[in-house]
Amino acid sequence: MFPASFDYAKARSVAEAISILSSVEDAKLLAGGHSLLPLMKLRLASPSMLVDIGSLAELSYIEDKGDYVAIGSMTRHHDISSSRVLKSEIPLLPYVASQVGDPQVRHRGTIGGSISHGDGASDLPAAVLALDAKFVVAGPKRERIVPATEFFVGFLETVLSPDELLTEIRVPKFSGGWSFQKFNRRAQDWAIVGVAAVNDGGTRVSLVNMGPTPMRARAVEEALADGASIETASSKASEGMDPPTDLNASSQYRRHLAEVLVKRALTEAV
Amino acid sequence: MQITTVVNGKSFTKDVEPRTLLVHYIRDVLGLTGTNVGCDTSSCGACTILLNGESVKSCTVLAVQADGLELTTIEGMASESALHPIQKAFHDNHGLQCGYCTPGMIMATASFLKENPAPTEADVREGLEGNLCRCTGYHNIVKSVLAAAEAMEGAVK
Ligand SMILES: Cc1cc2nc3c(=O)[nH]c(=O)nc-3n(C[C@H](O)[C@H](O)[C@H](O)COP(=O)(O)OP(=O)(O)OC[C@H]3O[C@@H](n4cnc5c(N)ncnc54)[C@H](O)[C@@H]3O)c2cc1C
Ligand code: FES
Ligand code: FES
Repeated sequence: MFPASFDYAKARSVAEAISILSSVEDAKLLAGGHSLLPLMKLRLASPSMLVDIGSLAELSYIEDKGDYVAIGSMTRHHDISSSRVLKSEIPLLPYVASQVGDPQVRHRGTIGGSISHGDGASDLPAAVLALDAKFVVAGPKRERIVPATEFFVGFLETVLSPDELLTEIRVPKFSGGWSFQKFNRRAQDWAIVGVAAVNDGGTRVSLVNMGPTPMRARAVEEALADGASIETASSKASEGMDPPTDLNASSQYRRHLAEVLVKRALTEAV
Repeated sequence: MQITTVVNGKSFTKDVEPRTLLVHYIRDVLGLTGTNVGCDTSSCGACTILLNGESVKSCTVLAVQADGLELTTIEGMASESALHPIQKAFHDNHGLQCGYCTPGMIMATASFLKENPAPTEADVREGLEGNLCRCTGYHNIVKSVLAAAEAMEGAVK
């Protein structure tokens, strides 16, 4: 299995990558390739050109900025899972990164690629959503900052336009409890359902694989804010969700799992 | 497109199509057929090699992405006179049956032991979660990796 033919350019800078994206029709960015290449091998995607930003050093960093930690979009899952700064300031994130795929996948896949891909079944997008992260997006004309809560809009669809590039993820530090519950049946598998919870004054909860995008469990968050018990709040886990039915689980089973896992997550985090 | 890679210590400059997968570059262009293709869908780990010292699934990397990088395949593990300690441990502990998964297992182990030189049994099982074996039931593979860790720690001391 190999992809349809395409042109390839290794970008030497963010600016060069954006200028290629703006001038070549149907060009796509290539980060770690661990979502895009499998799709291209199955011919579910056939871009005319790949603009490789995976090895751009200017996009690979983890920096303590005081209130938040700035993460370059091409930082790999492995580097996030082993980062000392993140382990001490935002322990949820390195833990989630350590649960993605397997070691080989974590050596190649990047946080920016995972977020830009916008798969509702992915772990890191749900984590940054619960962490209230902000994304720095560079384009041909200007740079903009998009909150995670406004970034994911539909199935594999984000607010990124074809000539934009996600450059940085800004994740606020937090000091309270947290939890990540990933339910799967076999090693290396994607989550059938996953839950990320952060308790930092208020409680924020997001869900993996409970809809077309990573989802914030607003009904749970509101119930907790109104003083509901963990039991009552977690019974609202699937409110407003539209979980898929697939080979691993029915939609109904996912609803059940979400309640069970949210309860576990809240018990651990709150 | 022309790419240069250092494979098992030797430099190669070759022309490849951008869509050439790294595993095909290794097997078909360089003729190093020790690296196997099992699933071709990023799941089984049979195609695992080291890219700049880290394990990757070479069926899910483009050859052009490896331009300028160092590759190690199973052919680069043994010296002229002796098996690599990981290979010897698999041999001694019956860590293979048909052997199809073995090159990938050994390369994944090499990367894993670099990150975690003194693993527990549970660490090993988790560290090799990207590699599937249809024959052994894994027990002897885990035994082999633990034995290799011990042998290599010994070598360091
Ligand atoms: C076997 C296997 C198991 C996996 N298991 C899991 C799992 O359990 N959990 C999980 O969350 N993920 C899993 N993944 C996916 C993995 O985490 C991917 O690495 C990740 O989803 C995509 O990151 P990437 O760097 O590989 O991106 P790529 O595949 O290179 O890119 C993905 C998409 O994002 C676009 N893109 C990339 N970077 C940018 C950018 N900076 N700005 C704008 N657009 C960009 C690309 O054009 C492409 O459309 C698995 C993958 C494999 C192969
Ligand atoms: S052949 Fe590459 S992971 Fe199976
Ligand atoms: S020994 Fe046969 S697949 Fe592992």
